[in-house]
Amino acid sequence: MVMGDLVREVDVVVVGGGPGGYSAAFRCAELGLETVVVDAGKRLGGACLFEGCIPSKALLHVAAVLGEAERAKEFGVDFGPARVSLDPLRKWKSERVIGKLARGLASVAKAKGVEVVGGRGVFEDARTVRVEGDEPQALKFRHAIVATGSAPARLRGVEASDRVMDSTAALEVPEIPERLLVVGGGYIGLELGQVYAALGSAVTLVEMTDGLLPGADRDLVQWVARRVEKQFAAVRLNARLETLRETSGGVEATIGGAAATFDRVLVAVGRRPLTEGVGLETTRVKKDARGFVEIDARCATAEPRIFAVGDATGEPMLAHRAMRQGKVAAEAIAGHPAAFDNAVVPAVVFTDPEIAWCGLTETQAATEGRAVRVAKFQWAASGRAATLGRSDGVTKLIVDPESGRLLGAGIAGAGAGELIAEAALAVEAALLAEDLALTIHTHPTLSETLMEAAETLLRG
Amino acid sequence: MARDFRLPDLGEGLTEAEIVKVLVREGEVIAEDAPLLEVETDKATVEIPSPMSGRVEKIHVEPNQTVKVGQVLVTFADAGAQVAKATPSGKQAADTLDPTRTLAPEPRTTVQDGRARQAAPPEPARAPARPGPVPATPATRRLARELGVDLQAVRATGPGGRVTDDDVLAASGRVVRAPTTAPPRATRAEPVAPAAPGKPLATHVTEPPLPNFEQWGAVERQPLSHLRRTIAERMTLSATVIPHVTHFDRADITELDAIIQRNLETAKARGVTLTLTAFLLKAAALALGEHPTFNASLDAAAGQLIVKRYVHLGVAVATERGLIVPVLRDVDRKPVLDVARELGALAQRVRDGKATLDDLRGGTFTITNIGALGGTGAIPIINYPEVAILGVARARQEPVVREGRIEPRLLLPLSLTFDHRVADGADGARFASAIVRRLERPERLLADW
Repeated sequence: MVMGDLVREVDVVVVGGGPGGYSAAFRCAELGLETVVVDAGKRLGGACLFEGCIPSKALLHVAAVLGEAERAKEFGVDFGPARVSLDPLRKWKSERVIGKLARGLASVAKAKGVEVVGGRGVFEDARTVRVEGDEPQALKFRHAIVATGSAPARLRGVEASDRVMDSTAALEVPEIPERLLVVGGGYIGLELGQVYAALGSAVTLVEMTDGLLPGADRDLVQWVARRVEKQFAAVRLNARLETLRETSGGVEATIGGAAATFDRVLVAVGRRPLTEGVGLETTRVKKDARGFVEIDARCATAEPRIFAVGDATGEPMLAHRAMRQGKVAAEAIAGHPAAFDNAVVPAVVFTDPEIAWCGLTETQAATEGRAVRVAKFQWAASGRAATLGRSDGVTKLIVDPESGRLLGAGIAGAGAGELIAEAALAVEAALLAEDLALTIHTHPTLSETLMEAAETLLRG
Repeated sequence: MARDFRLPDLGEGLTEAEIVKVLVREGEVIAEDAPLLEVETDKATVEIPSPMSGRVEKIHVEPNQTVKVGQVLVTFADAGAQVAKATPSGKQAADTLDPTRTLAPEPRTTVQDGRARQAAPPEPARAPARPGPVPATPATRRLARELGVDLQAVRATGPGGRVTDDDVLAASGRVVRAPTTAPPRATRAEPVAPAAPGKPLATHVTEPPLPNFEQWGAVERQPLSHLRRTIAERMTLSATVIPHVTHFDRADITELDAIIQRNLETAKARGVTLTLTAFLLKAAALALGEHPTFNASLDAAAGQLIVKRYVHLGVAVATERGLIVPVLRDVDRKPVLDVARELGALAQRVRDGKATLDDLRGGTFTITNIGALGGTGAIPIINYPEVAILGVARARQEPVVREGRIEPRLLLPLSLTFDHRVADGADGARFASAIVRRLERPERLLADW
């Protein structure tokens, strides 16, 4: 028998060790199912921990500290010019942040009895996953969970190089380029653009559409738009990157007919699902035109034994959606009546200031022709915002005019990512704006802005 | 080389199934796991996937035909290496088919039985009638899924049109929990004795969450087998729905035991193992003829008692997999020797996992004899929807006063547990003594009186 013929039978095989994969695996193990995770890096955490959410937030924290130091001049504190040393910064990010969290996940897996196998998981048929790479074997499963995630999308005709980076490469902070071109005005381009701007790069941002963060409500986006206009060297909307050519002096980019040279380029034009080369064609699993695996409310695919979660299954490609899906899939496999029936998948853009929303947006209500009542509370009137020197923000509630039920919320401002949690709970639990207004919120905090916004509806 | 695909073990004593549909044609080349046949057991309609890839050479079955475990269903022609890969070892084939072993329900399993709710795949999300999701807290939505209630169809009473737990419970037909608000005004206005307003009984019991046992030491979680689940659900149903009452008695079986001992060898020569249980069955069957109330089922919805004109007796048999109750037909009309012979064969089939569906259905009354395992008595739970069950413990020699003298006699402890909705204590006592009387006059048993 050769190594590749080794066949093991397990209850559940999870292909991919990202947030969707490990959440599913942990829940499966808790429900008494023998579970194996196949991960190319033989580690849990996925793109989120190693090349996404976590490293970008670590870098954004650094940017925030630099920003605060700059703002401190306003109230008479001057730290002098900041000196950034990249080696200790990278070491802190990879060891104290990522390394620590990765070890934590590994020990949870061990405690729950989840085995992580190193290698690429490829479906051979609807009952077998072949592991290619470090630990070759065949895993015969009762159920499998596809959690293969996503990768940065590429621009047609643009090859990656040292100077032309995707988000994964940019998060390594190879250097602080003098001139950085960011292609794409979505959340990745904005977040990383702000990181590099804070570190000292002159950032030029190019966005094809007429606004930053396409899809988000304009009254929220304007706060970050105003900020980057000051922070960045240039923001080019309705502009298309025409050519990109490496020269001896850097990378020459043609934008709207004009050429300019940059030291580095960050391509941040979205993410694509990793559902090719996984052997799904050997099963009855169906994919849509964009390559997303089609699933039902239980996260089951068209192949009854195979479930799928996370970025591989569609938008929004967010870790917390994947984690909830993972638990639903695990419970469905264990025979529980589980369903992904969530009303909201909150979204946060960790820019400065942060933008966050959940549930129905004003844009979406307008598109659907749905009547809503909108309540806004400007942070200029918030005591807490004033004491923080962060009056640049707004809290907005979107409410059903008939019942007064909260349908959605949007927040722009410092800490919006934390504040949105209360609104998400309120929408998910179908609370009324009145419930928010009548709940005592601690004073003075930014959370009061949710209560204040709700109160404006009661007065109306 | 041609390969036969046989009906694999269906588990839980199910040994046959009915073919509903044949989903392939002869000559067709199919892949492993492609749908092959649709069969129906008494639990569900199940699609059987192909255990191998290859060309279908011959289909041996047709719709509406009843097939037994091990019977050849389809013959595959050799299709090269693929077939060799898919060797249908007994275990694998069983895994493929056995609906009781599937951890998650296959979406195409049609559940016909409300008890198997766990196996019902939740409906995929469908286009809602109202805009957006139904307003309800996540916990309420989970409750609805667990009770199989369609939230879209529930009347909402919460603020802003929110569906509450009570709305879901009401829609499921279960008792709504005690209202936390004061009783309605009309009630308060009535001139009643000044007593604290009563709290309605919560007759629908939801099990409270378990503590974290790991705080006191290591634990292990073991999944329940399908049979265990079925037993658990049926016992809970019976114990919850039927008000049980138990009557105790003892039968002097000194003479009966002597008859059995004297005839053991003779019976064995005729291929029959004489057992006390055979006589118990006969005694109970004859007593049921006198007391037909105990050979019945209560139709609570119709408010009627369904009295059965046949006497089919269930006998509880302990197997490695759990409790199974095979049924002997028309015990009242068969000589004891025939009952003993049939009982032996039936128990063997059950232990071998070869009982047919007919072996397990249609009982009117059940006897459970735990005497072999010792004990002085037990109160069994009624085998729903029957009316009564007879528990039998171990017979013991005891001193008995007869005609002024103490004599050693063999006494058999009996417990008759019955549905108090159907019969009262006096009825139970009379029925129990009718059984005892027959056991104490074994010559009558042999003569079918």
